[in-house]
Amino acid sequence: MSERIGCKVYVDVTAEFSSDGVLRPLGLVWEDGTHYAIDRVKKIERCASRRAGGAGIMYTCVVGGREIHLFYEENYRWFLEARE
Amino acid sequence: MDRAILHSDMNCFYAAVEMLHHPEFAGRPLAVGGDPEARHGIVLTANYPAKKRGVKTGMVLWQARQICPELVIVAPRMDLYLRFSRLAHQIYAEYTDLQEPFGIDESWLDVSASASAVGDARHIAAEIRARVKKELGLTVSIGVSWNKIYAKFGSDYKKPDAITEITRENYRDIVWRAPVSDLLYVGRATAKKLRSLGLNTIGDVAVCEPRILTAHLGKIGLILRIFACGEDQTPVSAEGSASPIKSIGNSTTTPRDLVSTDDVRMVVCLLAESVAARLRENHFVGRNIGISVRDNELFSFGRQQQIEVPTNISDEIAEHAMRIFLRHYRWEKPIRSVGVRVADLVPDAYCYQTSLFLDERMREKQLKMDMAVDAMRRRFGHDAVLRGRLYCDRILAGLDAKADDHMVHPHSYFEKGVHVSEEG
Repeated sequence: MSERIGCKVYVDVTAEFSSDGVLRPLGLVWEDGTHYAIDRVKKIERCASRRAGGAGIMYTCVVGGREIHLFYEENYRWFLEARE
Repeated sequence: MDRAILHSDMNCFYAAVEMLHHPEFAGRPLAVGGDPEARHGIVLTANYPAKKRGVKTGMVLWQARQICPELVIVAPRMDLYLRFSRLAHQIYAEYTDLQEPFGIDESWLDVSASASAVGDARHIAAEIRARVKKELGLTVSIGVSWNKIYAKFGSDYKKPDAITEITRENYRDIVWRAPVSDLLYVGRATAKKLRSLGLNTIGDVAVCEPRILTAHLGKIGLILRIFACGEDQTPVSAEGSASPIKSIGNSTTTPRDLVSTDDVRMVVCLLAESVAARLRENHFVGRNIGISVRDNELFSFGRQQQIEVPTNISDEIAEHAMRIFLRHYRWEKPIRSVGVRVADLVPDAYCYQTSLFLDERMREKQLKMDMAVDAMRRRFGHDAVLRGRLYCDRILAGLDAKADDHMVHPHSYFEKGVHVSEEG
């Protein structure tokens, strides 16, 4: 279930762990219930999100040809930045 | 060759972490402070808009609200701040293993060895500043110099989000012209004494006759002169060589004044439980138990005692704390706040001499019981299991010691040993 706090939207994520310990998100469910497949992860880096409020590991993902930033926070939850 | 030392200071640390997590407060004055409803409230940190309005650290919350009515006050979340402090240390660790924390939000880094590989000290400082900003969403100010004292001065010189380099060329213009009170360890009393000797700037102290300083201030006078001259040689201690935590303690201002030994016993029990739980969580046992007591006229005192066998058992800590309390308090006035602290920490795997007068089998059982309670509380919340004693007064028992101000005491600068020789 997703949860929204201001511009911060916690979402359900399907992810896989590779045998060498790399965590990679495969898909997510947006707050309206739509499932999105993640086509590609372009970049993994530590980053803060001033818009949503928080910091964690930022996955720059390609979803349907568009780039999104999916954050994995240290409370083991995933969040996205909502536009407003 | 000169050392390359950085001092990194996270600006308005608690407030900055809160601002990051509350984007809705952007641009508004904010202070992190205790819960005013529960009667204990001072400003721990204020952000820049609040500081501009006159809100200062240590101010009582109602006072702060008076001078700045639109002030947003949020309760402290120590665990969150510790997490961000740890993340910053991880960034620092990529540049050097000589990292010495000074409190939760400041660190000295000796980058002499890495300077040639990664670029000069200023370059490293710039990189750290940019990374902390991007990765943690916080700003730091960094001082760069050849000794720890000037590096610290540099980080205080320009804030926030700035780098100040104190070199052999510019220190006379920057450090020496600053007032003595800007020097590390010159407090209000020392500053007053120095000014009465006509020493107004750091430069005045640096060029002062050593014997004048010793005559008026004793040995500390010489140390201050070494600091002022930039001749402090104290090394930056290696990461992990000392526990960043010196003691674990909890204190609380109670919802009503404590008027009897039973009242105190209840609060001490709560505090001891939370201190013991945190000791176990961090795998420490302690050999020194201390209490602090403040009465309703705000007179306070602290007492501590060394114990024979190091402990992290709730009942033992509570018992020692109560014994110290009973020995030292005469009940002339009701009590407003109580603290329990365990210091002289060693890892819990540490071997110790058992005592003839302690039943080790019983101790083992007590520890197991404590750990069972920890596990239950982790899964079902703090109230899942409580002591019967706490049902005597639900108001007092209602204070959740675990959520109160966790104290983390940094090691003092002087413990590392600042060496002074008499020739000055």
